[in-house]
Amino acid sequence: MASLPPNFQQLKQDQLRPFLHDEISVPDELEANVLITTVDKIYNWSRRSSMWPLLFGLACCAIEMIATAASRYDLSRFGMEVMRPSPRQSDLMIVSGTVTKKMVPAIVRIYNQMAEPRYVVSMGACATGGGPFKEGYNVVSGIDKYIPVDVYVPGCPPTPEALIYGLMKMHEKVDRQSVVSVPWYQKDSSQFVPVPRLGPDVFDPRQVELIKDTTLKAASNGAAAASNGAGGAAAEARGPVQLSEKAIARMEEAKRRWRAKQG
Amino acid sequence: MAEAPVNDLGLEQDLADAVLGTWAEDTETAVIIAPDRILDVLTRLRDAHGYDFLSNLTCVDYQGYGGKLRGDVSERLEIVYNLYSTRRGGGSVALHVRVPEDDTVPSATSVYPGANLQEREVYDLFGVKFDGHPNLRRILLWDGFHGHPMRKDWHEAYYEEDAKPFRSRHPKGEYEFHEDKLPWSKNTTYPAGWDPDSWQEAVAYVPVSQAPQHENKPHLDTESIVVNLGPHHPSTHGVFRMLTRVEGETILALEPEMGYLHRNHEKIGERNTWLMNMPFTDRLDYLNSMSNNWAYALAVEKLADIEVPERAEYLRVIMAEFTRIVNHAWSIGFILNDLGALQTPALYAIEEREMILDLFEAVSGARMMCNYMRFGGVVRDLPEGWHGQATYLANERLPRALDELDRLLTENEILRARGRGVGYLAVEDLIALSVSGPMIRAGGLAYDIRKAEPYGIYDRFDFDIPTLPNSDIFDRYYIRLLEAKESVRILQQALRDMPEGEILGGRGGYTLRAPEGEVYGRLEAPKGELGFYLASDGKTQPWRYHIRSPSYINLNALGPMSVGYKVADAIVILGAIDIVLGEVDR
Repeated sequence: MASLPPNFQQLKQDQLRPFLHDEISVPDELEANVLITTVDKIYNWSRRSSMWPLLFGLACCAIEMIATAASRYDLSRFGMEVMRPSPRQSDLMIVSGTVTKKMVPAIVRIYNQMAEPRYVVSMGACATGGGPFKEGYNVVSGIDKYIPVDVYVPGCPPTPEALIYGLMKMHEKVDRQSVVSVPWYQKDSSQFVPVPRLGPDVFDPRQVELIKDTTLKAASNGAAAASNGAGGAAAEARGPVQLSEKAIARMEEAKRRWRAKQG
Repeated sequence: MAEAPVNDLGLEQDLADAVLGTWAEDTETAVIIAPDRILDVLTRLRDAHGYDFLSNLTCVDYQGYGGKLRGDVSERLEIVYNLYSTRRGGGSVALHVRVPEDDTVPSATSVYPGANLQEREVYDLFGVKFDGHPNLRRILLWDGFHGHPMRKDWHEAYYEEDAKPFRSRHPKGEYEFHEDKLPWSKNTTYPAGWDPDSWQEAVAYVPVSQAPQHENKPHLDTESIVVNLGPHHPSTHGVFRMLTRVEGETILALEPEMGYLHRNHEKIGERNTWLMNMPFTDRLDYLNSMSNNWAYALAVEKLADIEVPERAEYLRVIMAEFTRIVNHAWSIGFILNDLGALQTPALYAIEEREMILDLFEAVSGARMMCNYMRFGGVVRDLPEGWHGQATYLANERLPRALDELDRLLTENEILRARGRGVGYLAVEDLIALSVSGPMIRAGGLAYDIRKAEPYGIYDRFDFDIPTLPNSDIFDRYYIRLLEAKESVRILQQALRDMPEGEILGGRGGYTLRAPEGEVYGRLEAPKGELGFYLASDGKTQPWRYHIRSPSYINLNALGPMSVGYKVADAIVILGAIDIVLGEVDR
């Protein structure tokens, strides 16, 4: 055994001493001061400063996410460099890329496996609304059709600066929360999102009745739908376009803005 | 029938009756073959004529085609085979087989095992059945999906019109959301009469069940199990899934499962005008947008016969070689990541990437999605100071960085212990499996399209095609380093010799109407042979837009390479193929 340092016993004793507080001397001018803060402040500060993202990449945006975590942009400045591959250990899901129908059940399942408090950042045009691939037959037009999203980061792909800005917005959101009102301390508030299923096309279990109505009506209308082969129900549903009230309101609003712009 | 059309192809007289007619009049040998004779012709071409590489296999739906009927065969679907010779180099032979929509075609897997994934894709998207295929299932979509979406009469949920620009997008201050037009406000359609209550999920395919059963030792009762990796798994480089049947830790069989990033490039590409597809090619292999741009521009230029000015050719070479360095550095970093050297080598490797991305951003406006090339050149000339910075990188910084990586990694004991002899597959097998790119050069075959069938101005540069003999993980790592060093050599010459002048001949194809016909254009992308198969009927958008992506077809070799090794090795074997999921699933 290597020779022990001369003060070894002393060092060992120091280690074993129960509390060091008594040894730490507080400067005189601070002794009379008392610092007061709120539970929320401490709680949010600690959550925001060590928000671990899920190691989860979907498409092109994942490359920029990696670049953000790498040396030049250095996500560890925000305490976020610890990317956890397990949803159980992570606080933040960065949906980085195109969400496809084949993938969406897995994403919802991963989201369900994350423990509260959990946050979702939708990174890039595809995850936000389908992006350039919106019309594709295998593309989901935005992850927010299935799971709630906290921050949307635009771009195709967003630059690392944009992602960092989005994450800072995320931190601001965390800072505004209060232990009293956050949903995960309320009774029965954190619920599983039903996992979409892959039928003839992907379907949301929450919409089964709606789908059934439409497809069965299309079948009873018969001949017209059958003539279009596989896309029958779609043709029927598409038919003469019945815009929803929401859509009409939105279009009216757009027209009004356009007129205002024209002067 | 007997003489005329077969001369170009060089087929012997006994197979002359298999040829039903010619497809094109120009130099490429393109013929129509009778469906029942296709295997004979393929076998003869492979054995007697040296066409050992099935590069591209795809399908075109000619329902409603406005162009001329080729070879007097009017069936609806056409299977296209593009064959090349890896020993001789040179151009392709294109075979066409016309079949009605519910007919079957003999599977080419018995002649070219590399047809495996491509035939599954054709079956999935077009519904053509291949007789004798070992595992004909859907590959990009899931079992139970309704219809075959690449057929011309199959319409997606957000379908508006056949060709862009859509009338609904005219800027009149009114806009509509697709979501509002469907009752469930999602991008889905369901067949009429489909009842979710009585619906049953398609019977799940029991994965890799055909794996050979390990013989039980009398004193040891073992059982093989299926281990699933992915689609969310840190080792799979994206949303890829591997189903492995393992005995202990040894892999008995491995089945790749993909489609989790299938973004329908090809369907969208048929609606877009020719130029609108250019930004979509950026998003194929999103590490190498410049190469993808070039491959697409190359194919369209070949089809429409467009000249490229001298300076643009140099700019293209410079961008493509920078891209190759980016890709290989990234790939090396992440091979090491898969080996367990978490993050440190990757951080070193992508340091230079940021420098190169700065150059791309300066010239194109975007770091990753450059959208830089046009038909007949490139879109922007270099900004001030760019050339000096690039020269500094190519002459000083990049050689130093690559040497540093070399010094850091090549002699590393763990890399050698884990890499030597792992993932071996003989180069003949790799070629039969249609594998291309660094993978076959790491097996000892100096096949590089830049030399074998030079495109652009690659015949002017002095560079070598490095090869390594062992075809294992270590060689696949090291070949990438050597290739990056050759790219630096090309860059130095190109930056030195680049002339002043025009950068875009013509109008850049903004209003292109490509002449009627078909074309297969390919180039040596960092990951292998990237090809575009385009068919045109003379309109403003492609009739068929197919991407032959190296990542996808290289995955043919994943199963054969992994069998017999440990699960931990399979992860590195996948890493050394160097896939990008945007390109695998398209």
